[in-house]
Amino acid sequence: MKQLEFKEIDGGKPFYMMLGFMGLFILAALGAAWYMEHNGHWVTGMNNQIVWGTPHVFAVFLIVAASGALNVASISSVFNKAAYKPLARLSGLLAIALLVGGLAVLVLDLGRPDRLIVAMTYYNFKSIFAWNIMLYTGFMAVVGIYLWMMMERKMNRFTRLAGFSAFIWRLVLTTGTGSIFGFLVAREAYDTAILAPMFIIMSFSFGLAIFILVLMGMYKWSDRPLGDSILFRLKNLLGVFVASVLYFVIAYHLTNLYITENHGVERFILLDGGVYTRLFWIVQIGLGSLLPLALLYHPATGKSRGWIGLASLLVIIGGLAQMYVIIIGGQAYPLEIFPGKEVISSFADGIVGSYAPSLPEVILGIGGVALALAATFVGVRVLRFMPASLADEDVDPHYSATEAEATA
Amino acid sequence: MIKYSLITLIVSLLLGVYTPGLAGDASSDEASGAGPYIPKAQHRYSEEQGCVEPTGDMRANHMKYLLHQRDATMHEGIRTERHSLHECINCHVSDAADAPRVDSEKHFCNSCHTYAAVTIDCFQCHADRPVKTPFESRLEEGDQTDETDANPAAAPAPEQLRDNGGTGNE
Amino acid sequence: MGVLAMSEESNIDLYRRRFLGATASAAAGLAVAPGVLLTEVASAKPDDQAVTSDVRWGMLIDTNMCNNGCDDCVTACNEEHNLEGFGRPSTDAQWIRKVTLKDKHTGFVQTLPMLCQHCEHPPCVDVCPTGASFKRADGIVLVDKHICIGCRYCMMACPYKARSFIHEQLHDQVPYAPRGKGTVESCTFCVHRVDEGITPACVEACSAENHNAMTFGDMNDPDSDISQQLKQYSSRQVRADLELNTGVRYRGI
Repeated sequence: MKQLEFKEIDGGKPFYMMLGFMGLFILAALGAAWYMEHNGHWVTGMNNQIVWGTPHVFAVFLIVAASGALNVASISSVFNKAAYKPLARLSGLLAIALLVGGLAVLVLDLGRPDRLIVAMTYYNFKSIFAWNIMLYTGFMAVVGIYLWMMMERKMNRFTRLAGFSAFIWRLVLTTGTGSIFGFLVAREAYDTAILAPMFIIMSFSFGLAIFILVLMGMYKWSDRPLGDSILFRLKNLLGVFVASVLYFVIAYHLTNLYITENHGVERFILLDGGVYTRLFWIVQIGLGSLLPLALLYHPATGKSRGWIGLASLLVIIGGLAQMYVIIIGGQAYPLEIFPGKEVISSFADGIVGSYAPSLPEVILGIGGVALALAATFVGVRVLRFMPASLADEDVDPHYSATEAEATA
Repeated sequence: MIKYSLITLIVSLLLGVYTPGLAGDASSDEASGAGPYIPKAQHRYSEEQGCVEPTGDMRANHMKYLLHQRDATMHEGIRTERHSLHECINCHVSDAADAPRVDSEKHFCNSCHTYAAVTIDCFQCHADRPVKTPFESRLEEGDQTDETDANPAAAPAPEQLRDNGGTGNE
Repeated sequence: MGVLAMSEESNIDLYRRRFLGATASAAAGLAVAPGVLLTEVASAKPDDQAVTSDVRWGMLIDTNMCNNGCDDCVTACNEEHNLEGFGRPSTDAQWIRKVTLKDKHTGFVQTLPMLCQHCEHPPCVDVCPTGASFKRADGIVLVDKHICIGCRYCMMACPYKARSFIHEQLHDQVPYAPRGKGTVESCTFCVHRVDEGITPACVEACSAENHNAMTFGDMNDPDSDISQQLKQYSSRQVRADLELNTGVRYRGI
């Protein structure tokens, strides 16, 4: 294996144009946030029944994906897989960038975003949300230190320790994120311990899918070679993660289907919930899990970059749908305050909550994605996150020149 | 030479504009050409003192008093009136229908705060003018029947403590 | 100056205390029915004294006496706190609401008011990241809107859907019920009235019309009306399985 060289991407006009393009989305998101904050949340689709809407779907997705994006670095540092070592820096950068994007959306959707300082200085330590605030900010510091250990030659001997700390930190963080929902007794769709590990495995899947797309995109953009060996390892791993998420989803629903008191919410999600049922079966399961599995492992498509990219994109779309069903579908199903009774009131008791994503919410969510991508872009321009070449001959530990010629 | 005289001119102009405001009297009715227009309060606290604390003390520390009071009221149910925002408003803001609301510079709090460019967000939630509600009337009725069975040994009657005007704010 | 100021302050409260003591003795003779008596709510605590856990405020709602078409409690609450609606039921705040229940199997219909249950172990307090949602020593669950960041997590957590988020700028708040855009709120058990020895507006309205479906009082006082009723008649908490030990109990469900 040749000596690995990391290099910044080139600047110049294309770079600034791309940055400007993302900047437009970020500006739009800031405008949307101002509009929502200034007029009050009545201008959004969120109401007293569905209190967390599209911004939270995007924010939680980005935060979950952020912790998963660090997976590649963890595999290299914690599990000592040499093949992944060249990717570790980009993985760390992407993790921080996605987290920043997600947090920005979350904070801007608060009823009082001007009170961010209050959120960072008054803590109720019984609240998992409070713990998450500390875990998220700490994550950025921990990954920052991890990147420093990796990127400064003198500190390379601490990379393993930093990587291990980051790995544990992100497991705690994602468990915390899943527990935001898992700890709630009020709603039938939540109130379960399985949400914590399910969010962990979801993070693996979404984070890796985003990493693959960013990797392919960045190397195409900067005209650098990206060899098959790396890409195929990643796509096989993605397949494993997608299948694992599917397993957790099956376990969750099977358990609920057995428990009589949860039949109502299961019927809602799986059968007659309208948009939520369609999102679950068609987008989350079909497009987001089964189709990518087929594309990633089928011999006809599994070796093609185009199909791999499409599969990753489908995983992301399926992930967003899964978040939508969990967060919004979980709120839409009415609270069972009086089991066994039909309930009518002036406060939408007993009926499915109505929600439609409003434009400001969607723009805010997309702005978060744009912020994450822009941050990644600036990162790879300014510092040496990306290897100059990821061609097989440069990075594959099992590469053999004669073998490659034979199969060519 | 010209540069220095220019600087001197500008500095003295600024001083001339701002100093009266800095040394301004809190009870000034008219804008003395500089400084904020501060509306007059409805009542005086006592003969010697306009407000519950001396003016200078209030100007410097009113936020400290309010913040402490709000925590005590909120978390412990302590509803003493001396430093409560409710009483500030009852005294300092007119309840006339056309009285300036907090979005105007002529509102008591905003008169200084706009001048000092310090945003206040109390009135996002709190009422910015006295509101006569049935609950408040009920509380007031209580205070006005005090004299009948007052224990003379306990303390001076309220009238001796402050000029209540006609509204009998508690 | 400071000493004089202190005694001035406590004197004003001394008068308030004596006033309420006077009214209690006067009104004792005028008691018409439980609930009408204003200071049935124990003696009002002095203004400068902190609340303690010696008292636990609670409410008992007798659904057998609750009329299907009546919403006096809701109207009273809305008027007391000036809960202005904007004609948008999905986002307008409701602190108390009438709920109509029809048994799915037997067809039996009843109504009851649903409000913040002021739990002893409130999920909303557990989940609030800043501690803005808190329980006072005397059991009343409140939102400290000074530190509420409007994250709405408490609204997700409440099993009774008691909380509302304020979705628009407000202008006509009443002085003792501050509420503002971007924060969360819910029934306060009329804490401003309770601290002055007056029953909550909903209970007063219900009693004023002689429905007498609502009783409010100190559950820690064995001689209070509510304690005696709780001891004598069967009552239960809504979602008792959650073991939150709510302050609001119901008869007839």
